[in-house]
Amino acid sequence: MIAELGHAALWLATALAVLQMVAGGLGLRAGNEAIVALARPAAVVQAFLATLSFLLLLYAFAITDLSIKLVATNSHSMKPFIYKLTGTWGNHEGSMLLWVAVLAISGGLLAGLERRLPEKTMSATLSVQGFVALGFYSFLLLSSNPFERLPVPAGEGSGLNPLLQDIGLAIHPPTLYIGYVGLSVAFSLCMGALITRQVTPDFAKVMRPWVLGAWVFLTFGITAGSYWAYYELGWGGWWFWDPVENASLMPWLAATALLHSVSVLAARDALRTWTIMLGVLAFSMSMLGTFLVRSGVITSVHAFAVDPERGSFILALLGLYIGGALVIFAMRAGYISEGKRFSATSREGALVFNNVMLSAILAIVLLGTLYPVFTEAFDVRVSVGPPYFNPAGAIFAIPMFMVMAVGPLLRWKDDKPARIQFETAMLAAIVIAVIALVAFFGSYDILPLLGLAFAAALGVASLLPLRGRKLSRVPTATWGMVMAHFGVAVALFGMASESAFTSERLAAVSPGGQEQVADWTIELQSVDPIAGPNWTAVEARIIATRGDGEGVLLTPQARNFWAPSQATSESALLTTWDGQLYAVIGDQAGVDANGNQRWQLRVWWKPFVTFIWYGGLLIAFGGVLSIVGRLQVDLKRRSVTRRGNERREDAAALAGETAPEPAE
Amino acid sequence: MRPVYLIPLALFLFFAGVAGYQLTQPKQVNIPSQMIERELPEFSLEPALEGMPGASRADFIGGKPKLLNIWASWCVPCIAEAPHLERLKQEGVEIIGVAVRDRPEAVEGFLARYGNPYSRIGADDISELMLEIGASGVPETYVIDAEGNIRYQHIGDIRENHVEMLLEKLEEAA
Amino acid sequence: MRVIIAFLALIAAPLASPTLAQSSMPPAPYAYTQLDDPVLEAEATALMETLRCLKCQSQSIADSDAPMAGDMRHQVRSRLLAGESPDQVRDWLTQRYGDYVSYEPTVSATTWPLFAIPVLLLLIVGAVLLRRLGRRSSDSEMGA
Repeated sequence: MIAELGHAALWLATALAVLQMVAGGLGLRAGNEAIVALARPAAVVQAFLATLSFLLLLYAFAITDLSIKLVATNSHSMKPFIYKLTGTWGNHEGSMLLWVAVLAISGGLLAGLERRLPEKTMSATLSVQGFVALGFYSFLLLSSNPFERLPVPAGEGSGLNPLLQDIGLAIHPPTLYIGYVGLSVAFSLCMGALITRQVTPDFAKVMRPWVLGAWVFLTFGITAGSYWAYYELGWGGWWFWDPVENASLMPWLAATALLHSVSVLAARDALRTWTIMLGVLAFSMSMLGTFLVRSGVITSVHAFAVDPERGSFILALLGLYIGGALVIFAMRAGYISEGKRFSATSREGALVFNNVMLSAILAIVLLGTLYPVFTEAFDVRVSVGPPYFNPAGAIFAIPMFMVMAVGPLLRWKDDKPARIQFETAMLAAIVIAVIALVAFFGSYDILPLLGLAFAAALGVASLLPLRGRKLSRVPTATWGMVMAHFGVAVALFGMASESAFTSERLAAVSPGGQEQVADWTIELQSVDPIAGPNWTAVEARIIATRGDGEGVLLTPQARNFWAPSQATSESALLTTWDGQLYAVIGDQAGVDANGNQRWQLRVWWKPFVTFIWYGGLLIAFGGVLSIVGRLQVDLKRRSVTRRGNERREDAAALAGETAPEPAE
Repeated sequence: MRPVYLIPLALFLFFAGVAGYQLTQPKQVNIPSQMIERELPEFSLEPALEGMPGASRADFIGGKPKLLNIWASWCVPCIAEAPHLERLKQEGVEIIGVAVRDRPEAVEGFLARYGNPYSRIGADDISELMLEIGASGVPETYVIDAEGNIRYQHIGDIRENHVEMLLEKLEEAA
Repeated sequence: MRVIIAFLALIAAPLASPTLAQSSMPPAPYAYTQLDDPVLEAEATALMETLRCLKCQSQSIADSDAPMAGDMRHQVRSRLLAGESPDQVRDWLTQRYGDYVSYEPTVSATTWPLFAIPVLLLLIVGAVLLRRLGRRSSDSEMGA
């Protein structure tokens, strides 16, 4: 019954998406007001139906309803309850259902709450939103029905990949989906504005919270995913330039460019076509990611049972949305003037420079990710990895960091470079001093060296916009910018430090044996078998001592899951303020001279590695502050307008106060 | 319409074309060895079990072209290909085996259960020969001619319909 | 990130829960043992991070527990110990597995666009910036 109900809710939501699309589309012509008025309620009701459908699937997973094919193939009655729930989106169909549910909720919020746009633009936006939703509903219903029943209920489920039985799975994919979906709203808004030729600062203000929100979720999702890979995969790597990782990085790069560009549009009414282009690009990248991950085009080594139907379906959607959007863009962009002008040395100039740099980095990542797919068409197989991405990306990232350091200090429209020459000189001095200092103490690769130098300079530079201001009067949105930029410096410092200063120790150790890594002494006390709810493991007891300090117990495990059967290593992490000690127990490695069993130990000391994720969190938090700041200003404005209708004179005075809107 | 606004569309269409073409193509999952039509590298492996000789490059020189079969007792597809190797042996083909990361007792058990088509079996405990010859998995089968050149690589288990094909490849190599 | 990869494994092969047949043999001597010379070991690590594990889903041999990755690490370390240079070891592997085994593409008949396109990109970026920002407060319009 649950499954049928969920299935029916999904069909109803689909029908409403059609209604939303048609009604919104009719809004472009005069007349038809009665039908057009249906677009908003259609979106709102749809949100409830899609959410209901997802909750029903969640329930089916919670009670392990083995008559549903999806549950039987992806869950197991003996699994811990939390992973039964998270298993709902640990598979293709469930994650697509989560995706459409989030999409419908966003559509509902947009339709229910947004009143600032011209009605015509809003209708067009809702129509596009309905069109996008319709595509995903059909994909789900026609080729990936999550509620399919088994002819005979299964006796037991086949379980969830143990790598996914982790809290990382609970948060990482859903946050990314919310980010992707937020970009789809930005896309719909862009198309609505483009179709009705209303690319205005008002439109930018409506779009900004969506872009910022999507960007915050993407930032958080990527950060969480990186940390998950770091501790779960057992080798201490936190970014692999793997195609699937790149698929999540590319929308982030586009969204980062978009949110800066949309700020310029909102504050200065400049960069109109550029903003629209980036809006289309950001959504293209999230669709492309979906395509790459789910079509099987990029998976190379694994003998996957690739479903060409799914791939073709997503490619068709991609062609419809992105191809269609680009056609409209090509036809309409010429009619939208670029907007207000500005000089090279201005806030806008710096933002344009960095937008171009971000786009270039995006192009490099896209090229490196797609090139192997491209050559496979000619039966040539190549691999593109860190030795390509790091330097090629750095060519554009380094100028970007330079401009990012001084950009926020520049004034809008036009500024004299001489005004900030003291700051520029100081930042340059920091870069040179750090390079000289680090190079003096050891020989390191050029990229980590530059990374450390720019991290230091950026860290200082990001705080400079606060200089000479009364901190209590700095707008929240400006704090957001400062925080996010400071986060970039922190993350960059973590990355460079990890790459330059990591020490590694691999050894076969018998109980009682000691090893040395950096200034840590590692003593293996014992290795014992233990058992969990759906796994057995060996657990090492390791005492880690730093210098003369007190020993700390670490217990890394090598787990063997039995449903499905798979081995994972649970690393043990010891976090200090200046880094992390990372210990992994591997296989048995023969016996030592005294006949004691030896075990493979892998231990790393990674100075300041945690800063990578602290930085990521700071960036996301900066985004949150920025949203809060914008909403504050918005609410203030609204109340001003409301009171203004009652008392015009007061309103005029207040509006004057809030007029210099910060836009970062 | 300004031509510059068509650039994104053109790039997208190019991508969609390649992606669409790729979807229609069967997925290339193997990594073919680049050593085909080159000399079999020098190698010498200890016997994988007592009572049978080990394998080295010299064993392939002279006589008729031979098969080099890389397998292991822990490899499931190797069980599936055992009867077809047996048939190749009956057709008069000499098959030299290489057991990868295997223990003598496991090898012995496997051969007792699924038959022994091999004239010699070398033990490759650290993927020495696999890496030399460009093999990326188990099982793989190579046709080696009498001069010690690698003539053909078969990736994966040998199925019934591959037997004829391998016999032809051996013929060609003669 | 790897969540999604593992995801993929599930999405694509939901019913196959492969009990990966693995051997129980001890790993090759240098698979999990560092070289004594820290300089050589650093060279080895740098090289291993750029060699692709052939049995894994896009991982380098420095990041993999697959037995074959261990055997490749053994080859890398013992060859460096025997006096070969990292480039020689890389060449030895690409001779056998093609460009696929190396994460560090080199300019060749099949990979030149990987290098030509970034150069082209640099030119485009330069042109866009010049057009947009080069002429101070002139009537420029951004085209790309």
